[in-house]
Amino acid sequence: MKKPRIMIVDDEHSVRTSLREWFLEDGFDVVTAEDGLDALKKLEQGPFDLMIVDLKMPGMDGISLQRRLREVDPGATIVILTAFASVETAVEALKLGAFDYVTKPVDPDELSHTVRRALERKQLSEENARLREKVTQLSTVSPIIGRSRAMEHVMELVGTVAETDASVVIRGESGTGKELIARAIHAASPRRFFPIVAVNCGAIPETLLESELFGHEKGAFTGAHYRRKGKIELANGGTLFLDEIGEIPAKMQVDLLRVLESHRFTRLGGAQEIESDFRLVCATNRDLEALVREGKFREDLYYRIHVFAIEVPPLRERREDIPILVEHFIEKFCRAMGKAPRVLSDEALELMRGYDWPGNVRELENAIERAMVVGTTGKIRPEDLPLHVEHELARPRDRSLESLESEHIQRVLREEAGNVSQAARVLGIDRGTLYNKIKKYGISAG
Amino acid sequence: MKPEILLAFLGDFRPVWSEELRQRVGRVTGHFVRSESLRIDLGRFYAPEREQYHATLLLAELLRHIPRAGGRIVGITAEDLFIPVLTFVFGQAQLGGPAAVVSTMRLHTEFYGLPTDERLLVDRAVKEVVHELGHGFGLVHCPDRSCVMSSSTYVEDVDLKGEAYCPSCTALLENALAESPLA
Repeated sequence: MKKPRIMIVDDEHSVRTSLREWFLEDGFDVVTAEDGLDALKKLEQGPFDLMIVDLKMPGMDGISLQRRLREVDPGATIVILTAFASVETAVEALKLGAFDYVTKPVDPDELSHTVRRALERKQLSEENARLREKVTQLSTVSPIIGRSRAMEHVMELVGTVAETDASVVIRGESGTGKELIARAIHAASPRRFFPIVAVNCGAIPETLLESELFGHEKGAFTGAHYRRKGKIELANGGTLFLDEIGEIPAKMQVDLLRVLESHRFTRLGGAQEIESDFRLVCATNRDLEALVREGKFREDLYYRIHVFAIEVPPLRERREDIPILVEHFIEKFCRAMGKAPRVLSDEALELMRGYDWPGNVRELENAIERAMVVGTTGKIRPEDLPLHVEHELARPRDRSLESLESEHIQRVLREEAGNVSQAARVLGIDRGTLYNKIKKYGISAG
Repeated sequence: MKPEILLAFLGDFRPVWSEELRQRVGRVTGHFVRSESLRIDLGRFYAPEREQYHATLLLAELLRHIPRAGGRIVGITAEDLFIPVLTFVFGQAQLGGPAAVVSTMRLHTEFYGLPTDERLLVDRAVKEVVHELGHGFGLVHCPDRSCVMSSSTYVEDVDLKGEAYCPSCTALLENALAESPLA
């Protein structure tokens, strides 16, 4: 094991030599310096685990040296040594970051104890830095799979917004990976060492959502046998991710707005105000603007949460990502199921590329999982894929271009809730052309 | 051949247990151990402002009394020792050097207001002498709390450890003796 390196800085020769002997006996690698300048020069040879610095020295005193040491080595662990038990200088040294302060002559046990604690703290601090670095490395590895231009743009936005503390709304169809985007924002943000707490507002009954978000005191309602912290409280320091924010009931919208304005709240049945410092990220597949217009979503809450928006494209708009997603999921399920590596046949890949994936990445993942279960060979074949994928892809061979166009327009209009402008944008044609086609095929736009 | 060890009782100090100490140190270390009184003027090492004796200066004086080439000397005094930066030391040695000094002042139970216990005093003295000799042979403090080379900043630490070197320190010691030109 490497010997800890210690530097003793004292203008008194006898102090330097006796401390040197004392620390040598303790197994340290000891270097002595007779003044501040000498210490700084010796520091150029490499860092020290611990520096014991005399406070009163001619020329550069201990406080000035400590300031200089901080510039050279901000992580230096310093113990101040002085013959003068002055509270003011002790406080100043500690304010400058000295680990501790001992008065000469020092009790051997006190010195030994101080040095041991200083080294332990340094070790912990270094270990902490290493672990933080490791967490950063691990957490910044993007879980989002995609090389398409559309996904690159999404990831650029994630990178931009992550550094800030701005509220974000992630929009996208069901299954596009909105939660993954929320987690990517959290992982790249300064809050990454604190939790990301997710709540699916659409999946929890209204009566339970309030307690889920705000927590409750014991006896707050029937069945509240224990005090329970809510998700808002648990997200303190980190990120609160509210999925399906468009589904949040009207009363809760008022309560949530209040929390977002003050970051303070009370648990159900409680009187004490609790503070929670969190960053809000929301996701929705609903048209929030339409909900505001219809009076179903509060306008003030909309503006509060809608500081930054990220649109996650559906899979059909980034088909070039399908092969890499397939490869990722095959690898994932092979590992999870303990199966030998598999490959996707060209025919199966062709089918998958041509399919529209209304359920987006989630549907693709499920399709691969199913294929892994039913497939018996090392190759995933078309017949291993879920039937609806096959049927939809098989059909076009027997159909006219016009019937396919008509069906496609109807599907897009359905997905865009009858919004012709939006549908035209998705289809890549102008509104006039779309109206003509709607008329031609006798489609109902409503 | 293992070097000779001289236990030098300093000034007028020659306790009744000096022979027992000589024998026990010899048994633990396996060295030939001799003891004698060394009539030096301790007053020269006295620091009136601290009412203690300067261990480092005393150590320098002992270097002049090493028995013969390769030998070791351990000065034993009843006076309280200090080094400038510390309030006291039980003893001091040069790491890898031929001289060491041990004080019995703080090894007495009476120093802590307890009844006399000469047996305990001799046990403590043996441990301190063997400990400082270990430093003289280049050993540093040992993390094994039962090893005589474990660090002692309180007298209770001295009582907790044994009077022998642990296997790891014994190996280091044998290695040091084999390599030392003094041995």
